[in-house]
Amino acid sequence: MNLLDTVLRCVATLVVFLVLPLVIGQTEHKVMAHMQGRLGPMYAGGFHGWAQLVADGVKFAQKEDIVPAGADRRVFQLAPAVSLLPYLFVLLAIPVGPDGFVGQAIDAGLFFVLAVMGVAVIGKLMAGWASANKFSLLGGLRTAAQLMSYELPMVLAAASVAMAAGTLSLPGILDAWQWYWLPWQIIGGFVFFTAGLAELQRPPFDMPIADSEIIFGAYTEYTGLRFAFFLLSEYAGILVVSALTAVLFLGGWHGPMADQLGWLWMLLKTFALAFVVIWLRVTYPRLREDQLMRFAWVALVPLALGQLALTGIIKVAIA
Amino acid sequence: MSFPGVGLAKGLAVTLRTMTKKSVTAQYPDAQPVLPPRSRGVIALLEENCTVCMLCARECPDWCIYIDSHKETLPAAEPNARARTRNVLDRFAIDFSLCMYCGICIEVCPFDALFWSPEFEYAETDILELTHERDKLREWMWTVPAPPALDPAAEEPKEIATARKAADKLAAAAAAAAAAEPQEKTVSHEEGGDA
Repeated sequence: MNLLDTVLRCVATLVVFLVLPLVIGQTEHKVMAHMQGRLGPMYAGGFHGWAQLVADGVKFAQKEDIVPAGADRRVFQLAPAVSLLPYLFVLLAIPVGPDGFVGQAIDAGLFFVLAVMGVAVIGKLMAGWASANKFSLLGGLRTAAQLMSYELPMVLAAASVAMAAGTLSLPGILDAWQWYWLPWQIIGGFVFFTAGLAELQRPPFDMPIADSEIIFGAYTEYTGLRFAFFLLSEYAGILVVSALTAVLFLGGWHGPMADQLGWLWMLLKTFALAFVVIWLRVTYPRLREDQLMRFAWVALVPLALGQLALTGIIKVAIA
Repeated sequence: MSFPGVGLAKGLAVTLRTMTKKSVTAQYPDAQPVLPPRSRGVIALLEENCTVCMLCARECPDWCIYIDSHKETLPAAEPNARARTRNVLDRFAIDFSLCMYCGICIEVCPFDALFWSPEFEYAETDILELTHERDKLREWMWTVPAPPALDPAAEEPKEIATARKAADKLAAAAAAAAAAEPQEKTVSHEEGGDA
């Protein structure tokens, strides 16, 4: 019975992991197109190109699997998996509804989630180093620099929520959540979401894959399924960052009729945030490398520290 | 008074507004474009009007019009008259891989044998197949739109004025003839009724 339960939770997480990133990807296709006055994919699948990403996947699967002659073979081939799988593990720990509606309730869930998400960036660094290509290396190093800068405000913002809740467990944080946390933690939410975007290397923080100057950064030498895995990891990343922001700062499953519709609230908040991710991508131009670093250290870190102080003061005041 | 970040918010508003607007994209192979009648799609040939004067071929800046012809002798209509010769068109081809759609051939044609057609779907997989012969050019004639209507107060075109004058003269003559012999006309009417 216990084994069956575990298997079921794992399979459900896997299904979510395989389906929702594709939904987000399709949404990005269509939303971006309409924001630019285009239609986007219209043919694949018949109705408004709903099967575009399926068709893309089939195309990627048909492509030849190429490893450059000078590449570090093993690391090169492993990198996409290292980049993709952490998001699956993170998804396992994100609570979807009240009363244990979660893949696996982990006591130090917040810690686990942040640590594992950092691993995903290592995959990109591996790809950049192993490709034996100067553009890949530049992209990989930029990824590393970006990770170093943005991990700090992200962790500080998350720590503020953990402090407010008095627990590191994600379901525990949601159990302790009150509506007034929304204005209380809003700065932290902004910092966390922005830093999450930067960690995913989504525009406007996509300097590591800036195609106009370093081709496609760490992914330059990749093709076929491995390349598709990197793209999938980006969309899985959007899902995870949106879901985490929803859990930590928007109250996750809290909402009217949370007992029955908790999962729906969680899904709605996640997708609303994913829409914002796409919206930001369409609207803003890419930040230059120095602006990128400056923004992290001069804007986000002080903001996160300020949030931490505010949380501490209010926590002491109401305790 | 401007707050920091107003520009960023404006940017977001612009993209959001664009998203809610209907896109103007026309899905071409499914929906045909509405082209203005003067579109320069392809050059059509009304070969009945062509006299093989060669003006178009000579004026063409990149020499993409190929014309072959021969002379035919028409027997004299009257015993004392000279036999007439006439040009017969053997080949009229336009190489659309060279044509730059300047329209000079159409401008110079003195007999209105060349026209612009808005038809544009004649891509080929082989560049040699872009040389289109007279039968194809004649077929495109059916896609040439009617000339735009004259302004309401415009002068009557010369051709129509001449034709109308001739028709009026004939009608007047017929009317005069009918007035001169009313009897005969009634008879003929009755005969017609009997038949």
